[in-house]
Amino acid sequence: MRIAFHTAGTSCEIALIGELDHHAAKAALSEIHARLDQTLPSSIALDMRQVTFMDSSGIALILALYKRARALDGELRLRSLSPPVKRLLTAAGMDKLLDLSA
Amino acid sequence: MRKKPLNYVKLAFPSRSANESLARSAAAAFVSQLDPTLEELSDVRTAVSEAVTNAVVHAYPEKIGTVEMILRLFEGGVIEVVVRDKGCGIEDVPKALEPTYTTGGADRSGMGFTIMESFMGSLSVRSKPGKGTTVRMRKVINRVR
Ligand SMILES: Nc1ncnc2c1ncn2[C@@H]1O[C@H](COP(=O)(O)OP(=O)(O)O)[C@@H](O)[C@H]1O
Ligand SMILES: [Mg+2]
Repeated sequence: MRIAFHTAGTSCEIALIGELDHHAAKAALSEIHARLDQTLPSSIALDMRQVTFMDSSGIALILALYKRARALDGELRLRSLSPPVKRLLTAAGMDKLLDLSA
Repeated sequence: MRKKPLNYVKLAFPSRSANESLARSAAAAFVSQLDPTLEELSDVRTAVSEAVTNAVVHAYPEKIGTVEMILRLFEGGVIEVVVRDKGCGIEDVPKALEPTYTTGGADRSGMGFTIMESFMGSLSVRSKPGKGTTVRMRKVINRVR
């Protein structure tokens, strides 16, 4: 998995590229945390357009970022969810926590 | 009495996380003989990923053990996926099946079994502490459409 960061002011957009499974998630999350520690954005957008596969390991990553954003009174937004990713997040009840329509 | 499968594949591999994608690809290739929809294919990939990840993460927490995956095709477009390990086993299976229950900490969401059940339609888990775990999932592909 590759990650592209785009920081502007107090917001950070993170694009995930590749397969988001258990094998990829751990390294991805520590890379994201390390970057956010430097820039401390209050709003985080996760661009999922180039995620080619995701399972519940990706849900744990999204939850970690959601908690991090909330702890700093910020917000997490999900962008460009593919139909399979949307179905996965809905099956896991994430629609109660986050807007999945974007 | 159980019917004989029309086709089957047995795979055995070490519980390394790099093999999670291999298991998904093998299952997708096997299911492709039924001409599944993209949605069905994606459901099987995801469910297999959950089951194999559990064997990698939970069954063998401190070592590398063997994970077995058996794919079977039965009449009527029924696909069966069995993922088996000889790892630590599960003390309380009904509890493990509950949504958000996890012993894996913040790295895990506790949604694995919930997703397997919702994406495959049928899930059974047999486990013995100290002996290992067998997860069996079935899905009907190729319903008239
Ligand atoms: N193959 C296995 N061997 C031992 N324990 C398992 C296995 N699969 C699942 N478990 C137990 O069941 C719990 C729930 O599994 P799951 O729903 O996939 O959530 P998660 O993997 O996110 O913890 C795990 O946290 C673990 O305690
Ligand atoms: Mg799991």
